[in-house]
Amino acid sequence: MKHATAPAEPAMPVSANRQSERRPFLEISGLWKAYGDFVALRDIDLQVKEGEFVCFLGPSGCGKTTLLRAIAGLDIQSRGAIRQAGQDISRLPPAQRDYGIVFQSYALFPNLTIEKNIAFGLENIGRPRREIASRVSDLLDLVGLSSQGRKYPAQLSGGQQQRVALARAMAISPGLLLLDEPLSALDAKVRVHLRHEIKELQRKLGVTTIMVTHDQEEALSMADRIVVMNQGGIEQVGTPTEIYRHPRTLFVADFIGETNQFPATVGKGAQVEIGHTRFACAEHLLPAGAAVVAAVRPADIIPHGADAHRATGLEAVGNADNLIDAHVEDMEFLGMFWRTRLSAPRLKETPLVADFSTNAVRRLCIEIGSAIQVEIPQERLLLFAKA
Amino acid sequence: MTLAVDFLPPGRALRQQISDDDRLKRAVMFVVGIYLVIALAIPLFVMLSKSLSTYTFDLHQFEFQVSDESGGGWSDPVTAAALNTAIAAFPESDLEAGADGRLQAAKLFADFSFRSPVRYRIRGTSEEAHFLAGSQLVRGTEWKEYDSNHFRRVMLRPSRSVGLSNFTEYFSTPSLVRSIKNSVMIALISTAVTLTVAFGLAYALNRSRMRGKGAFKLIVTIPILVPSLLPGIALVYLFGNQGVFKDLLLGHSIYGPLGIVVGSVFFTLPHAFLIISTALSVADARHYEAATSLRASRWRTFWTVTVPGARYGLISAAFVVFTLVITDFGLPKVIGGQYGMLAVDIYKQVIGQQNFEMGAVVSVILLIPAFLAFAVDRMTQRRQVALLSARAVPFEPKPRRGFDAACFAFCSLVAIFVLGMIGMCQVAALVKFWPYDLSLSLRNYAFDLMDGGGWDAYYNSIRLALMTAVIGSLIVFTGAYMVEKTKGFGLGRGAFHMLAMLPMAVPGMVLGLAYIFFFNNPGNPLHGIYGTMAILVLCTVTHFYTVAHLTALTALKQLDPEFEAVADSLKIPFYKLFFRVTLPVCLPALLEIAIYLFVNAMTTVSAVVFLYATDTKLASVAILNMDDAGDIAPAAAMGMMIFYTNVAAKLLHAVVARLLLARTQGWRQVAQTAVPA
Repeated sequence: MKHATAPAEPAMPVSANRQSERRPFLEISGLWKAYGDFVALRDIDLQVKEGEFVCFLGPSGCGKTTLLRAIAGLDIQSRGAIRQAGQDISRLPPAQRDYGIVFQSYALFPNLTIEKNIAFGLENIGRPRREIASRVSDLLDLVGLSSQGRKYPAQLSGGQQQRVALARAMAISPGLLLLDEPLSALDAKVRVHLRHEIKELQRKLGVTTIMVTHDQEEALSMADRIVVMNQGGIEQVGTPTEIYRHPRTLFVADFIGETNQFPATVGKGAQVEIGHTRFACAEHLLPAGAAVVAAVRPADIIPHGADAHRATGLEAVGNADNLIDAHVEDMEFLGMFWRTRLSAPRLKETPLVADFSTNAVRRLCIEIGSAIQVEIPQERLLLFAKA
Repeated sequence: MTLAVDFLPPGRALRQQISDDDRLKRAVMFVVGIYLVIALAIPLFVMLSKSLSTYTFDLHQFEFQVSDESGGGWSDPVTAAALNTAIAAFPESDLEAGADGRLQAAKLFADFSFRSPVRYRIRGTSEEAHFLAGSQLVRGTEWKEYDSNHFRRVMLRPSRSVGLSNFTEYFSTPSLVRSIKNSVMIALISTAVTLTVAFGLAYALNRSRMRGKGAFKLIVTIPILVPSLLPGIALVYLFGNQGVFKDLLLGHSIYGPLGIVVGSVFFTLPHAFLIISTALSVADARHYEAATSLRASRWRTFWTVTVPGARYGLISAAFVVFTLVITDFGLPKVIGGQYGMLAVDIYKQVIGQQNFEMGAVVSVILLIPAFLAFAVDRMTQRRQVALLSARAVPFEPKPRRGFDAACFAFCSLVAIFVLGMIGMCQVAALVKFWPYDLSLSLRNYAFDLMDGGGWDAYYNSIRLALMTAVIGSLIVFTGAYMVEKTKGFGLGRGAFHMLAMLPMAVPGMVLGLAYIFFFNNPGNPLHGIYGTMAILVLCTVTHFYTVAHLTALTALKQLDPEFEAVADSLKIPFYKLFFRVTLPVCLPALLEIAIYLFVNAMTTVSAVVFLYATDTKLASVAILNMDDAGDIAPAAAMGMMIFYTNVAAKLLHAVVARLLLARTQGWRQVAQTAVPA
């Protein structure tokens, strides 16, 4: 399901730039996975840098969990190689790889207390008792559960259990942290809170992290880089802003945030024809005359004459070609903004959905039935080859 | 843009390196698998091959030469066949043999005397021919020479041929063929009656608001705790020649089909009840609400909602009951009179006539319905799962006075039936000399004064039950763990699972007989365990393997499948996880398996009746033997001893489970008081 609230464009995290020069910590090349005749992963190439937080994002069945399980060695790939920290781990059994893992189901050992759960891995490698005790209490502090150590998992809430699972995974200081939909089983509020905590923790410990999620908000808010997947393949890899602003495919554009889509024909240069009228569009590499899909996000549409866009530094009217007359058919108040359904003669039958800030609606007196002018900014009108 | 390429690039599929953990798991699974092969697959195979083997003396295969009085001057070689035609030493019927058959060669010579100086030569005409000279086995076509004194100890041995002639013989023996018809008839009638009664009980207990449900449930399970011989004994006392209610039968005899059916209903009732009750307890209230809103009558609702909802339970119960009845041996042995039944035939052929090949033939025939029932049961079980996984609203019966009263009356009748049978045995055991001296005494418990094994038999049974429970639950749980938690190795796991399911389809008599064939062969390196307690434990564990295996699997499947993945990532070897987490969490199931094996080891007769030796006599076998000898009252007393023991074991299990769970399963209690976020 798409989320009604299209998130504001996140700021580019500093860490992503700083790390881009290092050599990859995890390297996946030519990876395929088949279950009988069904191909679950096709030709995956991916590099993850040390200390990076990467999210695998995609709808259910896109292969993101399969890829994670291949990295963990839980379901070995059919073809291709995985290197971690310079070592080829393609064929290693899980126990010989270096990672900690957290599952959606927490998978805490029900008959062991929280402390014992966290200590299990440490006891096994024969650390002295005192060291284990202090490490366990450090980890409990880290996840904010210092007073809960003697309880059993069933006595904790879902969010607390997931924090224990995280502490347990980090106990043996793994080089790689794998999170398999860790927040999916939690309530919305706990989820938002915990995703912030996980991100904090990851930054503090600097552990390379891969998280699988189907929730775009989660991915956008937590990841240094997002790997968008669909039908077993990678659609696009990029920072949250890149993915959001410059989606490479229609699938990415539609899956991350929302889009208005129009059937269109490529014109000369940065021009496109929608419903027999010409619009200026973002730069593209498609041949003139090709039948394409033109897409624009509801949040990118500017109500004419409003001041709302000034903060972003754009001119009041970018290109006169992209200014259209519209009629307000319907408005829906969603708290932070108004979702507005417009009809425009230039767009023929296709309705245009635009999100206007509460501010702009008040200033421009936009209401159901009123006639307004809106602008589709040139650089926000994206063209995609037909799927 | 994703290209829809739906084929892998060429090359070989990557295979994961096998970790030490995996190697160890496979090795352990292999060991348990070998156990099943030795304790089940091979004996069954040997039995099958036995049923296809016939042994005959082929007199054309032996040639003789006789010397004159001086020990020289040899006669022309002459075949045994020719000699026999001349003097008719052996009639045709003597040439049909069992595996152990032997013919004295000297009998072919009318004037043979072991003191005579005449010498004899013998040889085979083919490589297969063999004979015994004293205790030495000789084969081949070389002449062997013996003096008269040694020649009298030359025994010809039969040759084995493979074919269906045993089956032909079986089907041309009217009394044996009649057994098939009888067994099927009895099983069908018993199934119909048991199912009706069990369904009524389950329906009353699940769908009414009558009182005393707990007590009724307890009473219905009583028959599980006694050997199937016991209802037979009870029926003898109730309706036998000197029975209390003999006149109620209006001249019909309880010895025969009537007794077998009534007794079968008694001992199969709990099995059918448990299955049907489970099926009825998963009812979806919404179906009944819909039926009510459509103004369907109660009668119509019953036939369109209730019965179809429980149909898999009914089918499954029907096959379980059918199999139990057709393979049971104890009950028809005690109450069946002259009425031939398949399972009793095996016993008679083997114990009575020492005709092992024919016993094997009956066994193979008995395997057919059991296998059929097993296959159908597996199929319906698979569907039942789908039914259970649907999200249903539990059905809450509403009080209805008339209906509740009727249910109570019906359950009371069944309870009287069950308690009456057990009570009769108890009375019989305590009365001095039925029906002439009704004063109470413990004389019938003085087992040491009777044939059958005495108190030692009882203690042997306890030993067997304890060993079966301990060893069995360990083997079964370990096997189930390996098959459930080993990655990859699909072929091995599939084969293991098949083997583990097989015992359910093998009747006890068949297993016991197969054990004789396999373990009582001097060439078998495991021959040493024949006649010891070890073979009884082996046989009993194997006999009841399947249900225990399924119980263990169910418990293991309830664990989070990611435990192993987490342990791997923490570098914890599987055995540490097994002992710290898996085993403690599954402890209730393990105790469940142990008590199941204990109770069944106490009551089983069919498999062990072929395998006990003088110093490993068992209580259940003692009942059989005492009943055979006419000591029916002591037999009843021994049956009651088994009953007390099983009740005590059940109580002990309940207490131990409580204590143990309180200590090791503290996390379960707190789970109920968990605070939400």
